Amino acid sequence: MSFWEYANPKKFLTTTEKAMPFLWVTSGVLLVTGLVWGFFFTPDDYRQGSTVKIIYLHVPAALMAINIWFMMLVTSLVWIVRRHHVSALAARAAAPIGVVMTVIALVTGAIWGQPMWGTWWEWDPRLTSFLVLFLFYLGYMALWEAIDNPDTAADLTAILCLVGSVFAVLSRYAVNFWNQGLHQGASIMRAGAVTGTDTEEKVSNIFFAPLMVCIVGFVLLFIALVFYRTGTEIRARRIKALLVRERVEGAG
Amino acid sequence: MSLKVTDLSIARGGVPVLEGVAFTLADGCALILRGPNGIGKTTLLRTVAGLQPPLKGAIEGAEDRIAYAAHADGLKPTLTVAENLTFWASVFGARGIDAALAAYQLEPLKDRHAGNLSAGQKRRLGLARMLVTGRPVWVMDEPTVSLDKEAVAMFADAVRGHLANGGSALIATHIDLGLDAEVLDVGPHKAKPAALDDFDGDFL
Amino acid sequence: MIALLMRDLKLALRAGGGFGLGLAFFLIVTVLVPFSVGPQSALLGKIAPGVLWLGALLACLLSLDRLLALDWEDGSLDLLATAPLPLESTVTIKALAHWLTTGLPLVLAAPVLGVLLNLPGPGYLWLVVSLLLGTPALSVIGTFGAALTVGLKRGGLLLSLLVLPLYVPTLIFGAEVARRGAEGFAVQMPLLMLAGISAASIALLPFASAAVLRVNLR
Repeated sequence: MSFWEYANPKKFLTTTEKAMPFLWVTSGVLLVTGLVWGFFFTPDDYRQGSTVKIIYLHVPAALMAINIWFMMLVTSLVWIVRRHHVSALAARAAAPIGVVMTVIALVTGAIWGQPMWGTWWEWDPRLTSFLVLFLFYLGYMALWEAIDNPDTAADLTAILCLVGSVFAVLSRYAVNFWNQGLHQGASIMRAGAVTGTDTEEKVSNIFFAPLMVCIVGFVLLFIALVFYRTGTEIRARRIKALLVRERVEGAG
Repeated sequence: MSLKVTDLSIARGGVPVLEGVAFTLADGCALILRGPNGIGKTTLLRTVAGLQPPLKGAIEGAEDRIAYAAHADGLKPTLTVAENLTFWASVFGARGIDAALAAYQLEPLKDRHAGNLSAGQKRRLGLARMLVTGRPVWVMDEPTVSLDKEAVAMFADAVRGHLANGGSALIATHIDLGLDAEVLDVGPHKAKPAALDDFDGDFL
Repeated sequence: MIALLMRDLKLALRAGGGFGLGLAFFLIVTVLVPFSVGPQSALLGKIAPGVLWLGALLACLLSLDRLLALDWEDGSLDLLATAPLPLESTVTIKALAHWLTTGLPLVLAAPVLGVLLNLPGPGYLWLVVSLLLGTPALSVIGTFGAALTVGLKRGGLLLSLLVLPLYVPTLIFGAEVARRGAEGFAVQMPLLMLAGISAASIALLPFASAAVLRVNLR
């Protein structure tokens, strides 16, 4: 059986409907576990105090913000090459989730930055890149909304996603270059906390396990949401197709 | 080389409108498309002209041979009649515009801005564009709209001349041009609801 | 191809063609800056490279919605799509015409406006060089945005929303060249990046623009 069979909307719906309860429950359990563990059962960081605990929201959201765009790029390519409607609809379904993740990353970043850097907003390369990513998401969604014909919209947004990806990467480098980042130290520490390569490795490891649980929880939550939203998009298309058929039958 | 269309199905705005359209248009011949409003004649012509892909079926002998005249004439109001025509002539590979101007009696208007022409005069200019393209297959969508009787005669003469030179023409029109042409009524080709399955079938 | 370019230039220069609007906009924005930030010449000189780059970018953006929409409305685009000219060439010529009528005048006007903003002496050369290298990219990227939104009734605002994020790298490197130039630092690195972005955009984006236009025409 080929993987592409799932590109059939009906097959996709029946398969995802079976997987949905599992995904909802697992992601819920993992998120509650990870967040409770992280918030209440890990020690405060010796330098950052309890503020460090926002990483359990900040890091997974930031990872998802980037990976969701990447997933949209892949599904857009699949649409362009193989023209499976489900693929285009999945890209459409993922975009608002990506925007929410980007906003969570930006807001938690600001909340974290306030006590750490003494300011709500710093034009740090990372923060700036996410702001630019946010703008790309907005443009992508606006284009979907603006076009009536679903196939035209799918084609145009897919090409925008392709071109946008190149420019998003360029922007990342440009922003890095533009402001080497007074707060690069904080960024490295953040990166260190994630990968466990920080000098304070023991402490990092304590943060690391619940963080991984949170990340997996976020990923599963995203998959569940995308399945759910893609299902909604498929049903909307189905209703449209049925209405058209009814109109044609009525006229003929 | 003739234009050959086989088993063509087309959609407009995502909804199939015509199916199973087939015809052959030999050199020196004209084909008139008939059918009620909204049946999909414009969509059919746009598909033949290569502006939109068919849902199904094949079009042979269209590649780089078609000159297309739509409802809109593609005229720039701030350019003169001669400038408009010269532009299209050079896009299609520089031919003289004098014969085209003469065919539609546009010489007196040559230096007028296209924006100052009447609707019928604009249409004549738009049709004169077909003569400067040098393309053998004319695909025309309601070419006689806003033309008076004399202008329709000019148009019919231009088409006759084109056919005599080995060209061919596919014309959607409701009036009788007095051409020796075959008529294709697309009415019976109206897409049946089942045709939707070819298009959105995955969702049904 | 030359015929299309000449026609577009002619159209831009004739009445109602909109030639000079971008330039006037650039002038007005520049004049408004001291009103909003104050007349201190030291401050103005410091922000001048960035302000001039942003002004030029917005002036470019201003004329984008006419770039393809006019040809779309009067049916020329349908006819051009069936002409022997490949659509890739058509959009490239359109972008070139846009640059010649909008980008190039902005490049030439920028030093004059630099005087108004008290741009430091060494900055003039690099301002002109960076704009000369960067504005073609702005035109080509803008053409892509115009092709995306050509069939839409209220495409203008959406066009800005789509194009402005794509302008970010060009703006960053372009303004960086102008700023470093004005402050007397080495400009080589951002200059190379700017040239690279321009060259790559000009080489690759017309294919995306033509693909998008084909989708919109059908």
